Amino acid sequence: MTAVRFPVVALFAAFALCTAMNTAALAQKAYDNGASDTEIRIGNIMPYSGPASAYAAIGKAEEAYFNKINAEGGINGRKIKFISYDDAYSPPKTVEQARKLVESDNVLLIFGSLGTSTNGAIRKYMNESKVPQLFVASGASKWNDPKQYPWTMGWQPSYASEAKIYAKYIMKEKPDAKIGVLYQNDDFGKDYLKGLKEGLGDKAPMIVLEEPYDTSEPAIDEHVVKLKASGADVFISITTPKFAAQAIKKAAEIAWHPMHIVSNVSTSVGGVIEPAGYEISQGILSASYLKDGSDPQWNADDGMKRFYNFIAQYDPKANKLDVGVVFGYAAAQTMARVLQMCGDNLTRDNVMKQAASLKDFAPDTLLPGIRINTAPDNFAPIEQLQMMRFTGKAWELFGDVISSNLAH
Amino acid sequence: MSAVEDVVTEAPAVEAVPKRAMTLGSGTSIVVLLLLIAVPLFAKNFVIFQLTQLLYLGLAVLALNILTGGSGQFSLGQSAFYGIGAYITAVMMEQFNIPYFLCLPVAGVLCFGVGFLFGQPALRLSGVYLALATFALATAMPQLLKLNFLEKWTGGVQGLVVTKPDAPFGLPMSQDMWLYYFTLVVVLAIYIFSVNLLRSRSGRAFMAIRDNEIAASAMGVNVALYKTLAFGVSAGITGVAGGLSAIAVQFVAPDSFTITLAIQLFLGMVVGGVGWLPGSIIGAAFIIFVPNIAEGISKGLSGAVFGVLLFLVIYLVPHGARQVAILGQQFAGRLRKN
Repeated sequence: MTAVRFPVVALFAAFALCTAMNTAALAQKAYDNGASDTEIRIGNIMPYSGPASAYAAIGKAEEAYFNKINAEGGINGRKIKFISYDDAYSPPKTVEQARKLVESDNVLLIFGSLGTSTNGAIRKYMNESKVPQLFVASGASKWNDPKQYPWTMGWQPSYASEAKIYAKYIMKEKPDAKIGVLYQNDDFGKDYLKGLKEGLGDKAPMIVLEEPYDTSEPAIDEHVVKLKASGADVFISITTPKFAAQAIKKAAEIAWHPMHIVSNVSTSVGGVIEPAGYEISQGILSASYLKDGSDPQWNADDGMKRFYNFIAQYDPKANKLDVGVVFGYAAAQTMARVLQMCGDNLTRDNVMKQAASLKDFAPDTLLPGIRINTAPDNFAPIEQLQMMRFTGKAWELFGDVISSNLAH
Repeated sequence: MSAVEDVVTEAPAVEAVPKRAMTLGSGTSIVVLLLLIAVPLFAKNFVIFQLTQLLYLGLAVLALNILTGGSGQFSLGQSAFYGIGAYITAVMMEQFNIPYFLCLPVAGVLCFGVGFLFGQPALRLSGVYLALATFALATAMPQLLKLNFLEKWTGGVQGLVVTKPDAPFGLPMSQDMWLYYFTLVVVLAIYIFSVNLLRSRSGRAFMAIRDNEIAASAMGVNVALYKTLAFGVSAGITGVAGGLSAIAVQFVAPDSFTITLAIQLFLGMVVGGVGWLPGSIIGAAFIIFVPNIAEGISKGLSGAVFGVLLFLVIYLVPHGARQVAILGQQFAGRLRKN
C-alpha cells in the first residue's frame, strides 16, 4: 500500500509546488488597465489641427519612435499601442479626449500631452482617477508639484529653470549688472520672471526695470526705448519669436548694445534671427538642452547618429530641422525607459514610482552632459541647460552644462 | 450667406404651420425624452459625459436658433456669451463657494444683460455687418478674459479648475450621471420656455421682424425692442449653456472660448435646420461627433474630411436635419395612404 500511496503523495506535493510557483509567478506580474502580457496601451493628446498644429510633429515623432520599439520586439516583450488624439489645442476637447483614452480605450497612462492650459484642464481629472499624466509637453513650472498632484509630471526644463540659469550666468559674469527685463504679460512671461528673481535671490535688486508687453500690441518699440533709458546693461528678452525679433531690431536701431539674452522659445534661426538680421544678432545669448538637428557638429555624435538612422527608417517624412522631432524622440525615449524599468509590474502606482526614480538618464538628443533625474519630491526631469551664443550664422554652445538647482 | 438667408426669409413648405414647424409632434417628443432619460442608465461614464456635452452644446445652438431662426439676426459672437456664462459660474463656484444650481441663473441673467446691451448698437447693423460686429466680440473675448485686473478671480491664462458636484441626498449615482440628469432638466425647462416664447406675442413679433422688418413696424411691432430682446434671450440661454459646460468640463480657460466655438455653434445651427428647435440637438451631435469620425478616417487630413462631410450635408440637405425630418414625415404619410 505504501508503495502505491507514495507516488500519490508525491503527485500531490508536486502539484502543490506547481501551484505555489504559479502564484509566485503571477504575483510578480501585476497589471492595471491598459497593460497585459502582450501589450501596453499609451494615450496621447496633440493639437493635430488648430492654432498650435505646428507642434504635431512631436506626436508624429513619438508615434514613430514607438513603432521602432515594436519593430525591435517591444518593451520586455510587450508591444506599445500608442493612441494619439487631436484636441485642436482647445481645453474642453482635451478633457473629452482624455476621458475617452482613460475610460473607453483603457490606456495605462497618458504621455506627452501638449500645452499648458490643455494639460491644466485634465490635471485634476487625471489625479482624481489616479492615471499617470507623464512628461507633459509644456514649460510651465506647475507640473512639478508632487505633493498636490502626485500623478502629473513634466519633462522639459521649466521656464523658471531656464531663467535661474541666466541668473547664475549673470551673477558670475557680470556681478554688477543692471538688468532690464522685457516680458510677455502671461503665464509664460510671469513664470520666467519669478524664476529669474528666485535665481538672483538677494541680488534681485539688480533688476532695474521690469517691462511687460501684451501679445495684442503690434510693436514693442517703446518698451525697448524705455529699457535703454533705465540704464540697464543686461537685457533679458522673455519674448515669443515675433517680439524677440522686433526687440533685437529696435535695440540695434537705437544703438543700445547690452548683454542681450533671449529665451529659448525664441532661438529659431529662421523665425527670429534671420528676420531681425544676422549682423545685429551677433553675440546674443540664450540656453538650450536639445541638440540641433541641423548642426553639423553632431554628425559624428553617437546619439545623433541613432537619431538620424531613426528618421531615415521610421519617420522619413519628418523634418530633422524641426526641433519638435528632436524633442519627441527624446521624450518617447524617456517614456520607454520608464516602462522598461517597470519590468512586469505594470501598475499605475509602479509607473509613477519608476518615473520618479530616473537616475542620470541621457536620451540621445539631449546635449552631452544633460541628465534626467527625478525623485519622489522632484517631478522636474530636466533641470540643466547649456549657454549658447549666436556667432556667424548659428548658435555656438559654450561653457559647462549649468543646473538650475541653486545649491550647485 | 445667401443659402442661409433663403431659409430664413423663404422658409420652405412648412411655413404654413409655423407653430408646429418649430417643434416635434407629441408622440416623437415622448420617445426622444424617454430615450434621453433611459440611455445613461446603460452607458459608461465617458458616454454619459459626451451626452452631457451634447445637451449643453445643443442648448447653445438652440439659443442661436432663437436669434437667427426666430428674429433673423446673425451672430458669430455666441462664444463670447458662452464664455462669460462659463466664467461667471466657475468664479462664483470656486472663489465664492456658491452652489452650482444658484450660479446658473445668475450667469443667465447677467448674460441676458450683456446681450441686451450689445443688441443696442447692433441694432444699426444687419445681415453680414451684424455678423462681423459679433465676430469682433468673439475675437476680443479670450483676450478680455486674460486681463490683469480680473486675474485675481479668473486665474488669468492658467484658467480655473471647477469642482464637479456630487449627487445630492446620497443618491447612488456617479457625478457624471447626476450632472447629466441635472443638465437634462435645465435644458428641458429652457426648451419648453423657448417653444412657448416663440409661440407667444413676442415670438410672433420676432418672426414678423425676421420676415419683413418694415411690415412688422407698420403693424406696430417695436422693432428696436424686440431685436434687442432676442439678442438678450439668446445670450442668456447661451450663458446658461456655458455655465453647464464649465461644471461638466471642470475647467475654464480663455482658450476654451475662441471664435472656433462660435463658428461651431453656427455650423450646428445650420446643420440642425435654421429655425427648427429640435434640430439644435442634432446640430450639436454633428459638431461633437463628426470631428471624431473625421479623425478616425484620417488624422492628418481630419480637417479636410470634416469639410467634405459638411459639404455633403449642405449639398444634399441644405435645410439640415429639419429637411430630413420633413422628408421622413412625408414618407411615413405616403406609407399610411398606401
